[in-house]
Amino acid sequence: MAESGTTNPADGLGLPLDHGACRLSALSCGPAWLVAPFPGQEGACGAALAPLGLDFPAPGQVLAEKGARIVWAGRAQALLFDADPPGALTRHAAVTDQADGWARLMLQGADAQTVLARLVPLDLHAGAFPPGRAARTLLGHHPLLLIRDTENAFEIMTYRSMAGSAVHELQEAMRSVAARAALS
Amino acid sequence: MTGGWRIPGRGAEIDRSRRRRFTFGGRVLEGFAGDTLASALMGAGVRVLGRSFKYHRPRGVMTAGSEEPNALVAVLEGTQRTPNVRATVQEVYKGLNAQPQNCWPGPHLDALAINDFLHPFLGAGFYYKTFMWPRRFWERVYEPVIRRAAGLGSLSGRADTGRYEKAYAFCDLLVIGAGPAGLMAALRAGRAGADVILAEEDRAVGGRLLADLPAIGGQDTHGWLAALLAELRALPNVRIMTRTTVTGAHDGGTYGAIERVGLHLADPGDLPRECFWRIVARRTILAAGALERPIAHPANDRPGVMLASAMPAYVNRWGVAPARRVVIFGNNDSALDTARGLTAAGIEVAAYVDPRDGISVTEEFPVYRAAQVVGTRGRLGLREVAVRHAGGISVVQADGLGLSGGWNPTLHLSCHMNGRPEWNETIAAFVPRPGMVPGLEAAGAAAGRFSTSDCLADGARAAAVALADLGIKVADIDLPLAEDRPYGIAPFWAVDAGGRAWLDFANDVTTKDVGQAAREGFASVEHMKRYTTQGMAPDQGKNSNVAALAVLADATGQGIAATGTTTFRPPYVPVSIAALGAGGQGAGFAPQRLTVSDATSRAMGAPMIEAGLWYRPSYFPRAEETTWRQACDREVTMVRGAVGVCDVSTLGKIDVQGPDAGQFLDLLYTNTMSSLKPGRVRYGLMLREDGHVMEDGTCARLDAARFLITTTTAAAAQVMRHMDFVQQAFCAQQRFRFASVTEHWAQFAIAGPRARDLLNGVLDEPVTGESLPFMGCQPVRVGAIAGRLFRISFSGEAGYEIAVPARHGAALFARLVRAAEALGGGAYGLEALNVLRIEKGFVTHAEIHGRVTAFDIGMQRMISPAKDCIGKAASQRPGLMEETREQLVGLRPVDPQDEIAAGAHLYAADAPASAAFGQGYVTSACYSPTLQGWLGLGFLTNGRARHGEVLRVHDGLRGRKVMARVCDPVFHDPEGRAMRG
Amino acid sequence: MRISCPCCGLRDRREFTYLGHETFLYRPAADAGPEAWDDYLHNRDNPAGETRDLWYHDPCGTWVLVTRDTVTHAVTASRAVAEGQRA
Ligand SMILES: [Zn+2]
Repeated sequence: MAESGTTNPADGLGLPLDHGACRLSALSCGPAWLVAPFPGQEGACGAALAPLGLDFPAPGQVLAEKGARIVWAGRAQALLFDADPPGALTRHAAVTDQADGWARLMLQGADAQTVLARLVPLDLHAGAFPPGRAARTLLGHHPLLLIRDTENAFEIMTYRSMAGSAVHELQEAMRSVAARAALS
Repeated sequence: MTGGWRIPGRGAEIDRSRRRRFTFGGRVLEGFAGDTLASALMGAGVRVLGRSFKYHRPRGVMTAGSEEPNALVAVLEGTQRTPNVRATVQEVYKGLNAQPQNCWPGPHLDALAINDFLHPFLGAGFYYKTFMWPRRFWERVYEPVIRRAAGLGSLSGRADTGRYEKAYAFCDLLVIGAGPAGLMAALRAGRAGADVILAEEDRAVGGRLLADLPAIGGQDTHGWLAALLAELRALPNVRIMTRTTVTGAHDGGTYGAIERVGLHLADPGDLPRECFWRIVARRTILAAGALERPIAHPANDRPGVMLASAMPAYVNRWGVAPARRVVIFGNNDSALDTARGLTAAGIEVAAYVDPRDGISVTEEFPVYRAAQVVGTRGRLGLREVAVRHAGGISVVQADGLGLSGGWNPTLHLSCHMNGRPEWNETIAAFVPRPGMVPGLEAAGAAAGRFSTSDCLADGARAAAVALADLGIKVADIDLPLAEDRPYGIAPFWAVDAGGRAWLDFANDVTTKDVGQAAREGFASVEHMKRYTTQGMAPDQGKNSNVAALAVLADATGQGIAATGTTTFRPPYVPVSIAALGAGGQGAGFAPQRLTVSDATSRAMGAPMIEAGLWYRPSYFPRAEETTWRQACDREVTMVRGAVGVCDVSTLGKIDVQGPDAGQFLDLLYTNTMSSLKPGRVRYGLMLREDGHVMEDGTCARLDAARFLITTTTAAAAQVMRHMDFVQQAFCAQQRFRFASVTEHWAQFAIAGPRARDLLNGVLDEPVTGESLPFMGCQPVRVGAIAGRLFRISFSGEAGYEIAVPARHGAALFARLVRAAEALGGGAYGLEALNVLRIEKGFVTHAEIHGRVTAFDIGMQRMISPAKDCIGKAASQRPGLMEETREQLVGLRPVDPQDEIAAGAHLYAADAPASAAFGQGYVTSACYSPTLQGWLGLGFLTNGRARHGEVLRVHDGLRGRKVMARVCDPVFHDPEGRAMRG
Repeated sequence: MRISCPCCGLRDRREFTYLGHETFLYRPAADAGPEAWDDYLHNRDNPAGETRDLWYHDPCGTWVLVTRDTVTHAVTASRAVAEGQRA
């Protein structure tokens, strides 16, 4: 639960939600820093991240070490989670606190990929989008940073203000998929 | 078969132990699980399913598939009414409630059947010719009459409450159609490990095999199919999608498909009715088979007349006899096979009629060679067939007539990207050319290869070709032995024997109509189609296109190849709009963005209104207030007299960092931002490159290498895209980057003479007028929370905006509102915010609406002469700075209580209110409790030079005319003492 | 239609926002004169065949220069706009 006086974007949305072989739950919102290297500074940023055991990620890449994690999050930018950015980083990159800007959800279960196929226009085959990868795409009409943790577990990040609307979309897809599964 | 229409021992797809009661046109009937509505009605002896479109002639089932032109019904579920459902596709379920269409009061007695007797007047072009004159009759008389009579089916008029779904799929190989060719293709590709989607329109796989039941690989059809399906289902890389029709071939290997998900169930629960799929395939095999075509002969549209190939389908798939005594009229060898198959199934074939001369006559049924069907009788169902042959005309008693004019490969999808098929003389049909859709190849009957053996081999071959393209190794595959009879055909399209001979059953187009079109000059196939409406009904001419253009080719003397086909466009079958828009109803229409104060605002009773995707409080009503105006006036007065709090988190906030950030902002904004001192804020204007105003907002310098700019709520995404373009196209080497922090920071405006008192009750360290002057910014602390404070004002009052990380926003908003109330103020909403800014003449996108320049809003001096900026060169064009342009002005009614409305137009006091005399328009208006009267902002020709002039403000929409005096747009506190104080 | 984003790979057209012809990349100098600016802002060919235009991949923020055929709709090449700046 959130610390006193604070709110999680998923508060009041009735999470976790279970439909069929799928569960949608809220993740807590720890530190999240957007790291955007100045032109050509990805290497220098990687070096600055080395004390955390991390590097600057290539497109789609997720790097994790000792609880800290850095996830590619768009053109020449990455989100550093659960660690404070090393001071040297600001010489080579714009570093911006976005900890409160994102709603963070988890969709897991045997039908997770099938549910997402209702909303995400991306090839989610494990061959094309394997565990440990990230992609920027859409969840219906919502902006989406999608991270595949395992074959059947996806982290879903969208803008904080859109949490309710994104949960609604996911819930509708979960209901349809669960009904299909019950049919066979 | 005595008494009933069901055939014992036939009907692999029905389960006779599971009866299904349903209603058709109010009659309670019974079918079996596995029946289609068409087979169930046939089993119940119902022959007339509806009336034809134009002549309202009785019509029965014509086909056994989705190409059905006649048997269109409405399906009712609760308040839902789905029109134009093909009875040949709809599966029967317990309680299915179907209604015939296009007939009133019913299919057996239909008032508009009078049209059938008027047919000499209702030929092609009738509507075009008849309803032209007199012109004034069009709207009042003709159109309502035509609208009532025309159209297929009707809707309930209620909102569609059904669930729909859309989904995405990706594969190496999409196989369209699960007949012999498609099955072999899927099997071979599946064995090779390719990711395969096998899409089949029917509820069962097998295609024509299910109707014809040929032996394959030494087994009966069902045994062979079961083994093959078991293998396919065991392959994790093969996905079999039944009840799924691929409807369109689009760019980049994208295919649309419609899946019937819950439409066959009595209680679908949470199941969607339909799912619209977008399938992206690296390669595609079109194995959609072929469609039989009828022959146009006089009175060929009676109930009981159907495609020859549909007859064995009803017998073998659903165990129902389409008729007791049938005549088969065909011009090709498959028709003869059909007659043999029906005989074997115990249906009496009264005659086989074939225009060809050299065919076999040693059959178990009478054969009329070099013969034609020249007429039929039977008003509500076929009774007699007249056959013309060398010996004269024979009348054959029959209640069924099977027509076979040959087969058309189902090549529609291959034409969806504008490719043209080629005419194949041997099979007298169009076949796809290679490469019509990149990555798609036709196989089997869809490619004009008709024997079962050819289809099996061609499917396997096509899979190997497709996978080789993808670099996937395929193994050889054993082809099962199967029927390999040659297919002989002599082209024969229409019987010339007088009377009406139907080509397009769905749209009631006859051979005469096509002939008439040609005579009247509509000789191109596209013109003929539009003039006669041939091919324009829900079946899109699947049954009639080739025959119609053959008749046209005959009439014009051109060959069929030269005449060409009409264009096939998506979708292949009708797709409900609801399925295309799945998920887009209600809350799914667009993302809903809620602020951190949303719950508090709603709890305070604030009605929420949309601002872009955001929901913002309109006003905060109090107990004694009965109208929004009372609340709004009170909130404005509260801000001007005490203090108000407003959630402004929806403003776009972009953090720009790096040594070159100032240089970038100088290019972006008209004014200079690089000279801004840390801790200071500047108002800025952005132009589009064409010189018009794009956006305004503030730019704060947080420290030497860090700026925070704000955008308006609605334009935030557009500004971000613009900034990305300017950076990537023009500044990609500069050392700066930016990121949206809109969602990270909750931000609240605190405005009014008591603003500082309120603020200092919250901040750890108080601010003074001097420590944070107007247009200053600084970090602040609210207990443990690190925040930011900006001294800026959109209300014209002493004002601050305080920002904290969003997780703390809800608590801070509630605290600020309580504190404001204690000081005699409170929360204010969007209505009051708008009044406050109009009183001050601050512009929003109501004013900077995309067609105004900095000159128009009086801000041309904000375009720095010392540097370049986006839009500067174009903004200097003479036409954009002329005195005659419409310029921003204020408007005050001569009688302060006269209401000015946004959207009203401005005219000289004595000029007529018409476009020629227009001098401008009103962009924003409100009642100002501060100034005790109505105010307007607007644009007026040469307006800055016309302050003091009295104009007429004419709101044509509401019929309101008000006299108003032009003034400076800043109505309240023009010196800005309040906000600086 | 599917477009390749240099960051993200092949994506559905729904993820992109269209701007216009690549001309927008070649911004004239501030003092280049009205004709140059008129050409830059307004004057475009309307080719039947190959064209190069600018698309924004909204999810990742990359501006992409796409070479495509207006007749066949085939997309033949794409590169990041910022990469061109580097050359
Ligand atoms: Zn991208």
